[in-house]
Amino acid sequence: MINVDEVKTAAGNMRYDIIKAVSSAGSGHPGGSLSAADIIATLYFYKMNVNPKEPDMANRDKFVLSKGHAAPALYAALGRKGFFDIKEMYSLRKIGSIFQGHPDMKKIPGVEMSTGSLGQGFSTAVGMAMAGKIDGRKSKVYVLLGDGEIQEGIVWEAAMSAAHYKLDNLVAILDNNGLQIDGRNDDVMKVAPLYEKFESFGWEVMEADGHDVEELAEKLDAADEIEGKPVMIIARTVKGKGVSFMEDEVGWHGKAPNAEETEKAIAELGGER
Amino acid sequence: MADKMATRQAYGEALVEIGEKNRNLIVMDADLSKSTMTASFGKTYPDRFFNMGIAEQNMYAVAAGMAASGKTVVASTFAMFAAGRAFEIIRNSICYPKLNVKICATHAGVTVGEDGASHQAIEDISLMRSIPGMTVLNPSDGVSAKKAIEAAINMQGPCYVRLGRASVPVVYDDSLDFQIGKGITVKEGKDVTVIATGIMVNEAIIAAEQLAGEGIDVRVIDIHTIKPIDEEIIIRAAKETKGIVTAEEHSVIGGLGSAVAEVTAKAAPAKIKMIGIQDRFGQSGKPNQLMEEYEITAADIVKACRELV
Repeated sequence: MINVDEVKTAAGNMRYDIIKAVSSAGSGHPGGSLSAADIIATLYFYKMNVNPKEPDMANRDKFVLSKGHAAPALYAALGRKGFFDIKEMYSLRKIGSIFQGHPDMKKIPGVEMSTGSLGQGFSTAVGMAMAGKIDGRKSKVYVLLGDGEIQEGIVWEAAMSAAHYKLDNLVAILDNNGLQIDGRNDDVMKVAPLYEKFESFGWEVMEADGHDVEELAEKLDAADEIEGKPVMIIARTVKGKGVSFMEDEVGWHGKAPNAEETEKAIAELGGER
Repeated sequence: MADKMATRQAYGEALVEIGEKNRNLIVMDADLSKSTMTASFGKTYPDRFFNMGIAEQNMYAVAAGMAASGKTVVASTFAMFAAGRAFEIIRNSICYPKLNVKICATHAGVTVGEDGASHQAIEDISLMRSIPGMTVLNPSDGVSAKKAIEAAINMQGPCYVRLGRASVPVVYDDSLDFQIGKGITVKEGKDVTVIATGIMVNEAIIAAEQLAGEGIDVRVIDIHTIKPIDEEIIIRAAKETKGIVTAEEHSVIGGLGSAVAEVTAKAAPAKIKMIGIQDRFGQSGKPNQLMEEYEITAADIVKACRELV
């Protein structure tokens, strides 16, 4: 059973960390980090079997952030989970910091794959799921994709291969906030219909409100029951969720808030921690 | 071993041998397993062979994911589609996280032959050696190809192995001591040095024999490891002989010639002549015809050596 309060608190803290870190860095991607916060919180604070004291634990579940630019959301989840002191992530994007602009698996405990170049993380998650099958592991591989990201051709190569190899130990979640750098997805390059596309590629497709942690938990549990094919959960989200002036605003894809905006955002998120 | 064999043939046989002891070895291909010779591994160990279809980018990223899960992965396709098409995946998903993926690329160079320019990778060495931390191997014959594959699989981290389609003479016997990063002095000589890689090593040997008849004593060095390159053997050649001829079945831009010049320019300036593809695309034809057309034969090496002494 999901402890809704725990997951919601974690997500709230993560949103605070995202704003704090991106603001301190003076650059970064707040919009897509905020849209993914509830999904990542549900994975790390409800669903996944991970151990911050033993990041390489053999039977752990794995998470790949294929939309690597949402790194602050991943770092925040790992920090809040105890993989490192959360304050360390406020060195985000600074020279010498382990908290690179995009995740580096060689530097940060708990990061399973170095990502950032869109689409590739999805394929690497397919590889991890295949390795899991070879080794007979019961654990799962979760991968988070952006909706703009799926314009990359490699995404469909990966989708084809995951279905071909019947990877029912692979669960993908699509952060469907509808926006990308240059505008609305379907204006830049039409990605709809999402459901039918993945279904026709041989995936079990589910839909959820990407900010309703109970529904997300329910769908992630339902994914455990699917056999013989990978699962795609299309999570409807709002870019910039939780900070009123960032919500559904394309301009907040890759821009840091200034001091005044940071103060306002943190006030909206419940103040300093 | 036969007198002649393609390096891809030796590769396919080596994989089956290594796969018997190394149960952690996974092999992947992109619908070219009969050409790249990974098919025999697939037949012998079907549980550890994955055909990823005609999707090279995905194949190399999937290989990265498997390697991140502790597997040693060998993934094959033609050099054009590995180093070329999948370049950015190899760079970002394999090399940046230093994963244990071996990119064994066959059908490199113009000796692909009749398929023509679209399938003749002459830029792959240049592309692969520019990636931080990448090891680049280019064996010259069946014996060294087998040992190169073993060495690649036994080392930690990403490695590119360049293999050819055409059958080429066997240069070495089984006693060959193949070490990554160590060039091989195939023949001593004091007048001029030919530094060759891949199938051009055999051309260099032929050239040296011919020049011996003219009283020119040619040193022949096989640089099977383009990166990390054996600086010491190159510097010694630069200092002890009158000049260096580099020989490669690859563009002279960014390949062996460039790599050798980078070493000598810093440590021991030398006269260098570069035998290789001179900023042109390939074309259809028989391998030997193409080697003549692109001036990468023993005769071209002979001419370049004469000009240096």
